[in-house]
Amino acid sequence: MKTESLEQRFQDRIDREERIEPKDWMPEKYRKTLIRQISQHAHSEIVGMLPEGNWITRAPSLRRKAALLAKVQDEAGHGLYLYAAAETLGISRDEMIEQLHDGTAKYSNIFNYPTLTWADMGTIGWLVDGAAIMNQVPLCRCSYGPYARAMVRVCKEESFHQRQGFEILLTLSRGNREQREMLQESVNRWWWPSMMMFGPNDADSPHSQQSMAWKIKRFSNDELRQKFVDVCVEQAKILNVTIPDRDLKWNEERGHYDFGKIDWDEFWRVVKGDGPCNRQRLKARIDAHENGAWVRDAAMAFAKKQSERKQAQKIAS
Amino acid sequence: MSDSKKKYILHLADNALILGHRLSEWCGHGPVLEQDIAMSNIALDLIGQARNWYQLRARLDEADITEDDLAYLRDIRQYRNLLLLEQENQDFAYTVVRQFLWDSYHHALLSDLMDSSDQDLRAVAQKSFKEVQYHLKWSSEWMIRLGDGTEISHQKMQTALNDLWYYADECFVSSEYEEELVKNNVITDPSILAKAVKKMREEIIQRATLDFPEEVYAQRGGKEGIHTEQMGYILADLQYMQRTYPNAKW
Repeated sequence: MKTESLEQRFQDRIDREERIEPKDWMPEKYRKTLIRQISQHAHSEIVGMLPEGNWITRAPSLRRKAALLAKVQDEAGHGLYLYAAAETLGISRDEMIEQLHDGTAKYSNIFNYPTLTWADMGTIGWLVDGAAIMNQVPLCRCSYGPYARAMVRVCKEESFHQRQGFEILLTLSRGNREQREMLQESVNRWWWPSMMMFGPNDADSPHSQQSMAWKIKRFSNDELRQKFVDVCVEQAKILNVTIPDRDLKWNEERGHYDFGKIDWDEFWRVVKGDGPCNRQRLKARIDAHENGAWVRDAAMAFAKKQSERKQAQKIAS
Repeated sequence: MSDSKKKYILHLADNALILGHRLSEWCGHGPVLEQDIAMSNIALDLIGQARNWYQLRARLDEADITEDDLAYLRDIRQYRNLLLLEQENQDFAYTVVRQFLWDSYHHALLSDLMDSSDQDLRAVAQKSFKEVQYHLKWSSEWMIRLGDGTEISHQKMQTALNDLWYYADECFVSSEYEEELVKNNVITDPSILAKAVKKMREEIIQRATLDFPEEVYAQRGGKEGIHTEQMGYILADLQYMQRTYPNAKW
C-alpha cells in the first residue's frame, strides 16, 4: 500500500478515536513527536524530583517529611512508567537518558527555578502540579494507547499532590505573620514561571497544530493557560494570597479573567540554558548517573554470573 | 523501670528516624531509578516506624508533648540512636553495608520484641516486622550482588565493610536502661541476640565473597547520646524549620 493511503487510514482511525498501539503502523513523524514528548515528560518527572528533594531533610514535621518523600518518590514512579511508554516506540531508556544529559532532550522549564523556602513545597503542589494536571488530564485521551494509559495513573497521583500542596499553603495562610509572608513571597516567585508551563502562545507554537490533528494534544496552550488562571484566581481567594499580576481582572464579556503579558524573553532564556538552576539540575542528574555506573555494571555482571552458574549446574546434572 | 522504658523507646525511635533521614538524602540521586524508589520506600517505612515509637513515647509522658517535640526539639545529647545509623551515605556501597548491618540486628531485635512481656513494645514491633523482613532481603541481596559483582564493586564493598565495622557491634553492648529492662524480663539481653545476628552476617558476607573484617573495638556511645560529629549536621537540617520558627504549626 502506498504511504499516502496508509497515512490516510491512520488519520481515519484517529478521527474515529481509536487508540494507536505499539505494533500498529504509524507515520514516522508521529512516532518521533511522541518520543520527543513522552521522553521530555519522563525527564521532567525525574529532574522535577530535585527541587522538592531539596527540602526532604528539612521538612518541618514528621507528617510533612513522610508526605514529601512519598510525593517525590511518586515522581520517580511516573518517570518509570513514562520511560516504559516511550520504549514501546523503539527507543531505550539509556538512549533517552543520554539525550537528557547531552542537552538534546529538554525537560520542563519550571524545574530550573530554586526552592528557597518551605512554602515552595506548597506552591509547587498548588501551581506547578496544578498546571501539570491541566496539561495532563487531556493526555489520558491521547491517541497513543501506552501514553494515555500511563497518564491515567499519573493524573490520579498528581491530583493528590496538588491537594497536598494546597493544604501546606492553607496551613501557612492560617499561621502567624511570618508564615503568611512566606506564602505570599513564594507565590510571587512561582506564579509567572507556572504560567509559562503551558508553552508559547498558540501563534508561536509550531508543533501544536499537527499534534492536535493527531489527537496527541486536545487543547491549545492558550486555552489551557486561560483555564489555569480562572481556577487559580478562585483558589487564591481561599488562601488569602495575591496573584502578582496587576492586569488580572474579570472580563464579563469573555467570561474569563484577563491577565498580563508573559515575559517570553525570560522563558526562552531559561529554555536555552540560562535559568537560575539549569546547570545544577543537569549536573545533579549526570552525577547520579555517573556515580551509579559501577552499581549498574556490577548488577549486570552478577546477573550474568548467576545465569552461567545455573547453566553449568544444568550441564553437570 | 518506666524511666528505662521511656529511654529505650527513644532509642528505638531515634534509630528509625536517623537512618530514615539518611536514606531520604538519596531521593533523586540513586544509581538507577528502581533503586532510588527502593531506598525511598525503606526510608518511608523507617520514618513511619519512628512516628509509631515517638507517638508511644509521647503518650507515656506526663507532659502534653507530641511526636514532633521529640523528633525536632531535643539536643544532640538526648538522641539515643546507634552511631552506625548516623554515618554518611558516602556512596551506594556504604549505604548498602550500613543498611545490612542494621537490618541484620533490627530483624532479630523486632523478632524478640514481638514476644516482649510489654504490650506497647510488642504492638509496635509487630507492626514493623514485615517491613524489616523486606529491608533485610533488599540489603542482603545487594551485599551479595555488589560483593560478587565486578572487581570494582567488590573493592568498594570491602572498603565500606571494613570502615563501618567499627560501628557494627555497638547494638550488642547494653546501656543501663537496657540492662534494667533485661532484669525486669521486658527485653532479651542484646548480647544474647548477638549470636544469631553474627551468624547471619557471616553467612551473607561469605556469600558476597567479602573478607570478614578483623575484630575491632566496637565504637559506642550512641545509646547514651555521645555521637559522632556527623550527628550535629543531621540535626541542623532536621531541626532547621522548628528552630527558626518556634511554635509555628506546619
